[in-house]
Amino acid sequence: MKPASFAGVILLLMSCSALSDTLPVPTNALYPEECGGCHVAYPPKLLTGDNWQQIMNGLDRHFGSDASIDAQSKQEITAFLLRHASSDPRHRATSLRIHDTPWFIKKHHRLKPRAYTNASVKSPANCTACHAQAEQGVWHSPPHSRMRTFMDYFTNDDD
Amino acid sequence: MAYTTATKICLIALILSAMPAAFADTPSSLAAGYAADAAKASPDFTPSAQRGQTLFTKSWGVSQKMPGCTACHGNDPKVGGKHVVTGKRIDPLAPSTNPERFTSLKKVEKWFKRNCTEVIGRECSAAEKADVIQFISQGS
Repeated sequence: MKPASFAGVILLLMSCSALSDTLPVPTNALYPEECGGCHVAYPPKLLTGDNWQQIMNGLDRHFGSDASIDAQSKQEITAFLLRHASSDPRHRATSLRIHDTPWFIKKHHRLKPRAYTNASVKSPANCTACHAQAEQGVWHSPPHSRMRTFMDYFTNDDD
Repeated sequence: MAYTTATKICLIALILSAMPAAFADTPSSLAAGYAADAAKASPDFTPSAQRGQTLFTKSWGVSQKMPGCTACHGNDPKVGGKHVVTGKRIDPLAPSTNPERFTSLKKVEKWFKRNCTEVIGRECSAAEKADVIQFISQGS
């Protein structure tokens, strides 16, 4: 095999293995700027388009806060979210909270509720408490060293 | 000395890349701007770090979750804090530990508007903004 094609294969392998534990986060300059100040700029595909639309229409009453933004930013961010939203109903929640979606609940079913009330976590909205590199798009399960800190918060049943 | 086209392009790019820095806002230019605005109403106004600290650390009692600035920004602007609802880390406000702060009027205006309305129940005055910036950037 020529060195060039060998390097190509390695690159391909690396990107494939990376894909398995990353959640591609499409980029948009305004989204992290306007929405990422108070919480992780959640990957758009974690909610359905109709959910995002409802969130963007109610920014003045955003989970108890007034998070209004100017009309132009709202339009651009809404378009971005809708373009990358999920069409899978497992990503829909009437509460508009990602942690109430069937997908999230299934993914985190082994976590005890008190994991979220821990002072260093505070809320299931605080992704980076466990997924330290979430903002860089790396969402794999926390490394063991980190898991140990949170061991008390896991149940033992695997189903 | 004759410059090649490539060198000229590089030089222009270099000059252009340096320009935003030259025109960016700074904590002192922002405080001065707000102070000038405040002076229109009270001519002998000068920003006060002490008044700024009082505003910053006061418990306003308007929002239950966010009674004061420190609920999210922490007690020490050089250290930063944690969003009281979401738990997200909030980087320090003090320019001495976080040079990105107070370098864009647009950004500063946006956050004063959003946060003063949330915490104090109204927008902050130019005088209050000047005081708070004075407090946050003192010693830097």
